[in-house]
Amino acid sequence: MKLGRVVGTLVANTRVDGMDGLKLLVVTPLTADLRDAGSSFVATDASAQAGPGCLVTYESSREAALLHHPRFVPVDHAIVGIVDQHHCPEET
Amino acid sequence: MKTGRVVGTVVSPQQHPFYDGRKQLIVRYTRPDGTYADDAYAVAIDQVGAGIGQDVLVLDEGNSARQLLSLAPSGPTRAVVVGIIDAVNT
Repeated sequence: MKLGRVVGTLVANTRVDGMDGLKLLVVTPLTADLRDAGSSFVATDASAQAGPGCLVTYESSREAALLHHPRFVPVDHAIVGIVDQHHCPEET
Repeated sequence: MKTGRVVGTVVSPQQHPFYDGRKQLIVRYTRPDGTYADDAYAVAIDQVGAGIGQDVLVLDEGNSARQLLSLAPSGPTRAVVVGIIDAVNT
């Protein structure tokens, strides 16, 4: 898993069959200490509660699709959970 | 597998049920000499009781993680802390 920040939502009414009913969110990837780490991507919401502004954990590739198991979904990024506590003390 | 150092923890009460009860560690990947490999990191599931500051061995591949956690084929996980490093000789 990695850390990300939900920065928006995305609507795509025309989509492939496997993706119907899935919430799409725009996510910016973050580093371990929550700095922006590159360009945003679109993820489905396997936690079913995330919204813009949330700090989240996300999975990519096959593990993202497996978050929606047993449904087959053709997705490559999916949000695992909403981070409540991020504890990352300075260099130890 | 990769070498890394535990630099923090993550707690997510609202998450996919598979992860409930599993300790999540923030692990920054390191080179064999102990320096950080730029910003490369992962949030990994702890299987060996590692703590912040410890150098650890991280498995970063889905199928092995699923077998390790006896969840094949459906465990949605990839990064798992599988060992605590005592020494690296290069």
